[in-house]
Amino acid sequence: MMKAENYIKIEFPSLSVNESFARNAAAVFAAQLDPTLDEIGDIKTAVSEAVTNCIVHAYPNEIGNIQLRCRLFGKNTLEIVVRDWGVGIEDVEKAMEPLFTTGGDERSGMGFSMMEGFTDSLKVRSVPGKGTTVTMKKRISSRARR
Amino acid sequence: MSVQTTYDKGELRIALNGEIDHHSAKTAMNEISDAIDQKLPRNCVLDLMGVNFTDSSGIAVLLRTQKKIHELDGEFSVENVRAQPSKVFKAANVGIMVAIKEYK
Repeated sequence: MMKAENYIKIEFPSLSVNESFARNAAAVFAAQLDPTLDEIGDIKTAVSEAVTNCIVHAYPNEIGNIQLRCRLFGKNTLEIVVRDWGVGIEDVEKAMEPLFTTGGDERSGMGFSMMEGFTDSLKVRSVPGKGTTVTMKKRISSRARR
Repeated sequence: MSVQTTYDKGELRIALNGEIDHHSAKTAMNEISDAIDQKLPRNCVLDLMGVNFTDSSGIAVLLRTQKKIHELDGEFSVENVRAQPSKVFKAANVGIMVAIKEYK
C-alpha cells in the first residue's frame, strides 16, 4: 500500500451552491501536481458530477452532509472520494448506465459516464438507506512527458 | 452565471457567461425559457463564448433549449464552445443531436 502524501477532507451541506466550491477546492488541491488545463477540467467535471448526485439523489427531500476527500499518491496520482449518508442506490449498475436518470429533464443521465470518462478509475459503493461512496483516481501527466 | 439575450429579425441570441452546473443551470434555463416565450424566434443561437466550464447539467440545458425551439419549428445552434465544454459535449455525443460550432 502506497503512503498517502497529502490530503484534504472537507464536509459541507448538500446545498447546490456548494457544487462550485467543491470542484474548485479539488482543482486547487490538485494544482500541486502541476496538471494541464485539460486535466484540471477533468477533475472539476468529475467532482461536480459526484457532488451533484449527492445533492439531487442522495438527499432528495432534505439537506444532508457531503464529504469530499482528496489524496495525493506519489508524484502523479490524485484520489478523490465523495461520500454521503443519504438514501443510497438500489441498483448501482443501472444507475451507471449512460442516459439512465431518475432526475427528470433537468438531468442528462450522464453523471457516472462523465466521472468514468474523465478519470482513470471509478468505484461506487452504496448501501440503500446508509449512503454512497464514490472513489475516483486521476493520473496527472508529468511535465517531462508532455 | 449570467444570461444575456439579443433579438434581431427573428433571431434570438442567448449568451451565457460563467460556469454551468446543476445550481446555475436552473436559473439559466428559466431565463432562457422566458426569453424564448417572449420572442418566439425563428432562429436561436446559444453563444457559449463566456462559458469556461460545464458539467453534464449543460447537456440538459442544450437539449431543453433545442426542444423548446423545435416546438416553435425554429432552428437551433450552439456557437463558440470552448475546450472544456466541448470535451463534455463530445463525451456525451451531443453533436449528433445538436448543431455545435467550437470556438476558434
